[in-house]
Amino acid sequence: MSKIKGKFKKALQLFIVFFKIGAFTFGGGYAMIPLIQREVSENKKWVTDDDVLDIIAIAESTPGPIAINSATFVGYRVCGFWGSFFATLGVVLPSFIIILAISAVLNEFGDLKPVQYAFNGIRAGVLALLFKALWTMYKKCPKGAVSYIVMAASFLLTAVLDLPVLYVLIGCAVFGLVTSLIIDRRSKNK
Amino acid sequence: MIYLKLFLTFFKIGLFTFGGGYAMLPLIEEEIIANGWMPMEQLVNFIAVSESTPGPFAINIATYVGSQVADIGVLGSACATLGVVMPSFIIILIVAKIYDKFKNSKTVKGVMTGLKPAVVGLIANAIISIAISVLFPESVTLAVFKTAQTYVSIGICAVATVLAFKKVHPIIIILLSAAAGIISGYLL
Repeated sequence: MSKIKGKFKKALQLFIVFFKIGAFTFGGGYAMIPLIQREVSENKKWVTDDDVLDIIAIAESTPGPIAINSATFVGYRVCGFWGSFFATLGVVLPSFIIILAISAVLNEFGDLKPVQYAFNGIRAGVLALLFKALWTMYKKCPKGAVSYIVMAASFLLTAVLDLPVLYVLIGCAVFGLVTSLIIDRRSKNK
Repeated sequence: MIYLKLFLTFFKIGLFTFGGGYAMLPLIEEEIIANGWMPMEQLVNFIAVSESTPGPFAINIATYVGSQVADIGVLGSACATLGVVMPSFIIILIVAKIYDKFKNSKTVKGVMTGLKPAVVGLIANAIISIAISVLFPESVTLAVFKTAQTYVSIGICAVATVLAFKKVHPIIIILLSAAAGIISGYLL
């Protein structure tokens, strides 16, 4: 009985910690990592700093938003399935509530002239933020022939041939796998 | 059935998004336009809202789209958000169990060498579509290019790009752009 109680307590703590992380991170996934490190590793000592690095690596090579990946992973490490469940619920809830409120406000005031003017300007500003985001992602990408070929191909296949994003992603995944296997085999044969 | 459609669409988006931040943008854009859920302008407006509110972009956009396209907004939001969260949740639960195998897997590494650069190319394409809709509202014609709004947008975007690369905080950039938009709106 006390074991169940302890588990429940931990799950509740996970919920609260990740709710806090969700409520105070602006700019999504990567902005969340330092907070996760402080709360989960330094304060609560649920996982080690090495675990946090592992979490980032895993989050990057599995689908889905980094916030969800890391909440689920930390939750599982701390107390299994229910840990995952409550940590994920915690990280999602603040966004969910805030955006629901904002979307009601936007629907109400979106048609006002000054608001429309403001958004005319904001859209141009967002474009700049997207340029910056693209540059950051480009810099984080591994360099080399395979990388550049895939970059150019994925761009051209969607921009010129208008192929669905999904097919392009699957194609590039297969291409990456095949080329890395070939490179691997060659270096072994030498 | 819009609720099921929202769930399935965002499940697909969650399942095929690799990497953080705007990695999700190409698929989101494609789905939103294909389903006629909202005009591109509204999507770009919302990116600004998402930058200025806490929480991951994925959850924010799922909640927002759900609230806009469903009759019962809250339920639509819940379906879309559940959809975008589910794939990660399930996959991480599996990975957490076979963690060491997964970490050293050559297959995973190989797949990622293809996916990482693919996302860059896809986002570049998504940004071009967004840029066209931002700079040339209505349709792209030469006459539109002559309108003052286009020049104002190009000006704001140029200044904002410089600020962004100087690491000025996104929220400040959004506020400045809003001010510039309001001032030029009343002047023009």
